[in-house]
Amino acid sequence: MKRAIITVVGRDTIGIIAGVCNYLAENRINILDISQTIVSGYFNMMMIVDVTGLEKPFGDLSEELAALGRDQIGVQIKCQKEEIFNLMHRI
Amino acid sequence: MINFSEVSETNAMIEKENLDVRTITMGISLLDCVDSDLDALLVKIHDKIYRSAEDLVRTGEEISRDYGIPIVNKRISVTPIALVGAAACRTHEDFVRIAETLDRTAREVGVNFLGGYSALVSKGMTPADRLLIESIPEALSRTELVCASVNVGSTKTGIDMDAVRLMGRVIRETAEKTRDRDSLGCAKLVVFCNAPDDNPFMAGAFHGVTEADRILNIGVSGPGVVKKALESVHGRDFETLCETVKKTAFKVTRVGQLVAREASRRLRVPFGIIDLSLAPTPAIGDSVADILCEMGLEYAGAPGTTAALALLNDQVKKGGVMASSYVGGLSGAFIPVSEDQGMINAVEAGALTLEKLEAMTCVCSVGLDMIAIPGDTKASTISGIIADEMAIGMVNQKTTAVRLIPVIGKDVGETVEFGGLLGHAPIMPVNPWSCEEFIARKGRIPAPIHSFKN
Repeated sequence: MKRAIITVVGRDTIGIIAGVCNYLAENRINILDISQTIVSGYFNMMMIVDVTGLEKPFGDLSEELAALGRDQIGVQIKCQKEEIFNLMHRI
Repeated sequence: MINFSEVSETNAMIEKENLDVRTITMGISLLDCVDSDLDALLVKIHDKIYRSAEDLVRTGEEISRDYGIPIVNKRISVTPIALVGAAACRTHEDFVRIAETLDRTAREVGVNFLGGYSALVSKGMTPADRLLIESIPEALSRTELVCASVNVGSTKTGIDMDAVRLMGRVIRETAEKTRDRDSLGCAKLVVFCNAPDDNPFMAGAFHGVTEADRILNIGVSGPGVVKKALESVHGRDFETLCETVKKTAFKVTRVGQLVAREASRRLRVPFGIIDLSLAPTPAIGDSVADILCEMGLEYAGAPGTTAALALLNDQVKKGGVMASSYVGGLSGAFIPVSEDQGMINAVEAGALTLEKLEAMTCVCSVGLDMIAIPGDTKASTISGIIADEMAIGMVNQKTTAVRLIPVIGKDVGETVEFGGLLGHAPIMPVNPWSCEEFIARKGRIPAPIHSFKN
């Protein structure tokens, strides 16, 4: 299984999770775990997703998500392959 | 499974603390290009580099996007050109034509520097070595992306003082030839003692003759990350300080290891080493001097600086070697002046002198780096500074280097602006007393007694 981490940060508004999840479903990406908090009006979300079924290059996925966040929802969305976090925080 | 705070920590390092992979450098052997016909040699050099590195920049960008980590530079190092060109080059102009070919090829594949316009002369110079060294001023004034380096000493061989004398003149001439650009040519010229074969950092990178046909070497960075981590243990004891630096260096190096592994797999070029150097940039918060200040110094250069730097350098290595099995290159803390805003501040405040920088180079990589000196500094004085720095490297069995920029037409009190990663620098005063007779002596300084280990 190939996993990636999606982080969403920005001012809270209606439809953030819906927007992201719709995009993921359209691209055959399964969500494995979500954690989400709101701290003084700021929305913070981390998702662990399965990108095994992804048909486009991973770079396109991260760019499209970033654009979705920037242009349509008004939040910052990052999508990174999981290894960078595993390597940095696990021996 | 990875948790929220770990993801946030990594992304804060990247977004707020300037964590990046400083360079992916592809080392390419040009030994199989050797030809006694110069035109044939130029074609072979161009084709080999182009074939080897045409996907380097694109691959670097893809990895950067996949993991969300900036990879700032993609570069190439080649076999020292004095060796490659020895059979074909009869004049300085012949060597300069190789430099121009390298420059053009570097531009075609999109890298931002190409290193290896180099000669290794730690014990003596061949006629080709001498020709190449003498052609450096012209080569650097007619190219933009080519970097030159000359290794003039080692612990095993001693110091070739004839080459040291020559380099004083070559640095001055390079400054003269690029005076319209604030003597920028000298920023691309390094004099080494104990130069490593696998250094990924410019301007001193070259692909050593001990290396495979092609290899990928990675330079990580992250002074800002170390500084931020140290802020959280402000005022605590040395053990806590060391632990914090070590853990941070581990994390930074693991990112480098990931990029190295991926780049190697995608480009089908073997991974060589990770260079653990803490390399600063002129960006605010990306400074080695700021780390020293965070440890408790008013400015870099204050009493205690050498001890603080020794500690930092050692802990970076101890954390880094755990994170990667193949560590090499220069690996330590860099202390360039013009590329580090904290160092610039220290010089401007009068806290940091050339002599203190020299002392600092005894305990860290690499040497007197990116230091602007008055344009009327004599060649023999430059050679004297080089000789001192080479002696430190030779006796301490470490790499040392000198990258001085005599800025023609400028003097102490003025500032020089190089732009980009090279930054800006106040002109530093140089000890005015003469070493002319010492430098005029011919021959070499013998290897030190502790080099005889057989």
